[in-house]
Amino acid sequence: MITFTLKRILQLIPVFFGATLLVYFLVFATPGDPIAALSGGKPMSPAVADALRAQYNLDQPFWVQYFLYLKNLVSFDLGQTFSGQQVSDVIARAMPVTARLAVMALAIEAIFGVVFGVFAGLKKGKLFDSTVLVASLLVIAVPTFVLGFVLQFVVGVKLSWAKPTVSSGAPWGDLILPAVVLGLVSLAYVIRLTRTSIMENKSADYVRTATAKGLSRRRVVVVHILRNSLIPVVTFLGADLGSLMGGAIVTEGIFNVPGIGNLLYQAILKGESATVVAVVSVLVLVFVIANLVVDLLYAWLDPRIRLV
Amino acid sequence: MSQLLKGPSVNGSSDEERPLLEIRDLAITFSTPEGPVHAVRNGRLTVMPGETVAIVGESGSGKSTTALAAIGLLPGNGKVTGGQIIFDGEDITHPTEARIVALRGSSIGMVPQDPMSNLNPVWKIGFQVKETLKANGLAGNNSKERVAQVLADAGLPNAAARAGQYPHEFSGGMRQRALIAIGLACRPRLLIADEPTSALDVTVQQQILDHLDTMTSELGTAVVLITHDLGLAAERAEKIVVMYKGQVVESGPALEILRNPVHPYTQRLVAAAPSLASKRLQSQPTEVAEDINAVVRTEHVVAGDDILQVKDLTKVFKIRRGLGRSDDFTAVDNVSFSVKRGTTTAIVGESGSGKSTVAQMVLNLLKPTSGSITFDGQVMTNRSENQLFKFRRRVQPIFQDPYGSLDPMYSIYRTIEEPLRIHGIGDAKTRQTRVKELLEHVAMPSSTMHRFPNELSGGQRQRIAIARALALNPEVIICDEAVSALDVLVQAQILNLLSSLQEELNLTYLFITHDLAVVRQIADDVCVMEHGRIVEHSTTDEVFNNPQSEYTKNLLRAIPGATLML
Repeated sequence: MITFTLKRILQLIPVFFGATLLVYFLVFATPGDPIAALSGGKPMSPAVADALRAQYNLDQPFWVQYFLYLKNLVSFDLGQTFSGQQVSDVIARAMPVTARLAVMALAIEAIFGVVFGVFAGLKKGKLFDSTVLVASLLVIAVPTFVLGFVLQFVVGVKLSWAKPTVSSGAPWGDLILPAVVLGLVSLAYVIRLTRTSIMENKSADYVRTATAKGLSRRRVVVVHILRNSLIPVVTFLGADLGSLMGGAIVTEGIFNVPGIGNLLYQAILKGESATVVAVVSVLVLVFVIANLVVDLLYAWLDPRIRLV
Repeated sequence: MSQLLKGPSVNGSSDEERPLLEIRDLAITFSTPEGPVHAVRNGRLTVMPGETVAIVGESGSGKSTTALAAIGLLPGNGKVTGGQIIFDGEDITHPTEARIVALRGSSIGMVPQDPMSNLNPVWKIGFQVKETLKANGLAGNNSKERVAQVLADAGLPNAAARAGQYPHEFSGGMRQRALIAIGLACRPRLLIADEPTSALDVTVQQQILDHLDTMTSELGTAVVLITHDLGLAAERAEKIVVMYKGQVVESGPALEILRNPVHPYTQRLVAAAPSLASKRLQSQPTEVAEDINAVVRTEHVVAGDDILQVKDLTKVFKIRRGLGRSDDFTAVDNVSFSVKRGTTTAIVGESGSGKSTVAQMVLNLLKPTSGSITFDGQVMTNRSENQLFKFRRRVQPIFQDPYGSLDPMYSIYRTIEEPLRIHGIGDAKTRQTRVKELLEHVAMPSSTMHRFPNELSGGQRQRIAIARALALNPEVIICDEAVSALDVLVQAQILNLLSSLQEELNLTYLFITHDLAVVRQIADDVCVMEHGRIVEHSTTDEVFNNPQSEYTKNLLRAIPGATLML
């Protein structure tokens, strides 16, 4: 297990280089002149533009730019944004907000998803099951931006149960509504996944054997059905944490959350390669770590899986 | 005398002993989308304290359903719709949830059929034993020692350490011992053993059943033994109940039923039981079984040339042990044999003996590490794709599991026609004629071709698999456990079919099986394999009458019912 973890951490190195190189190249190849964008479309003297290009190494060929970026990276210098801020500072401000949002969304998914899924799976075909199924289908079918605006309008504006947008600093309370929106779609998947998994496992031979031992129904469900059914769910949740950390662009946009999604979106628009590459690199790290955690959890849940 | 259609009504016969379990006129109905299915009608069973009663029948006969009803473990769509189940004087036909939970484990234990799927893969063996003790209030203070004790009682070596392992670290035999430990952990007065050893090798089966016998007689536990094997039932039980299509058709003392079966179904069952038939072949040639075996065992006087020669065949598998390390495992070790055209050679062995690996190499599905396979004078190892393609046309397989080997999305027509199409034989019309002809060969109506595998029974599916194998007019058919998954009567039919096809088409069979009794019925020559080596190679009669190696002798002794004197 320790060997496995170390090996996975070593694997991070090529993944990291591959990802940064790819993203750096994509930003480089994006049409449009970042300097022209910087000036807001106003005419700029060629001398100033050249000076700016030199400042951001934009006059160098691609490999030199990438190499210079890597060189700075070694000294933990992620570069600067066009407005002169340190990229590392910008990320450090946005990251905790997104992390808070992601953790809340994940908690909503995991808790409600598993609980609803278990009850639906155990009572297949009953009213509760059918209701949950229809509701989850509805949530999956409706796009996030519709769901987000509707909830923002109804809960935030009409009912005033929550603030329609997030105030600066993004306190936990303000993030509840965006977290619900963010978690809802995955929640539907978690419910369905848990439900199917429970239904499959409840008729397994070992469940019958467990019943034959004289165990109570509750113990059979919790000890023998639930643990086995959680294996695919945990995989899903782990992968989802990765995408929640990076992919909340729409939700963050609707609720004006100053998170990573927003930051990345703005940086892409401006062609700020330093910011884009830095954010994506951080996200790659988050993904790989989330996957590692999933693998370890997986092995803990299912002892048949050998980590090699 | 056995009683035909009359349950053994021991009720009034002795006052001091009342039956431990009595099932009267039991009816069980399953509700399915196609309407109710009456799985059991007329279930009758009486078990006295300490007695072993066997329920015998083929799959779908309702034998397991009857027994499972007694412990309240019918599947969700099954219901007791009539009759009574009385356990120790208490009516438990429709028990409350609390009552049946209280009875399970402590009063009625169960040993299930398949040791591979009946232990929860994610919990340690010790945990699974401990929770049994705990649920029935027997864990006590030093539960660890109790767990080890219970496992040791069931014959698990090094029990204390083994309790800390997971099921996947156990062999099939050891898992079954763990399941027996669980079933008997709380000293129940009745044990329901549902085909407890049918998934295991014969020698392991014998050990486990011997041990179960010893334990239950020490504890005075009554046993309901569910089995499809009449020989095994007769050997292990005092009484036999024969079930057929949901009804008890005959019951009585075990040997009595074997000697004088009254119901026609029982008669057929006795006649077809391979373990008994093989014995009877020598001792009582005038039995009913004779005609079946006469058909099956055709003499092949015109033994031709060697169509298949296997020389020094070896297969070494690399077993990965983490980063860059691997151990060699020799699955097949220097195996040589030859098969004469038009005859049947059987390769017998227990699981892990390497017999299926040999079959796969002969089929060119697996590359040998060394050694050669010669087919009709041509060395088949390292052939080109094109040559292999031609070879495949002449050598066809039939596999064990007819549920797994037929594509569920292919109609029967498409299944049988596919090899013809791949090899570019005929046009659509002639292929259709050929499929009809093949279905006729395997005694299936030609209307079957529009159906799908899931609409057919196991025996019918195996007939389709045979038809598919025959489609290309092959010369050699490799049967890898081709009848092991089938009920005895169906098995006898398929063996008969294979045998008459052999005569008709001059086929050569290489028959891979773990079942010596089947070998006796079909094979001319036998190779006995153990740990990848051939330990004995001779004619069938030689192997059965005059076994040379100790291993073969053990195998023969372990055939259930082999020692019964009829």
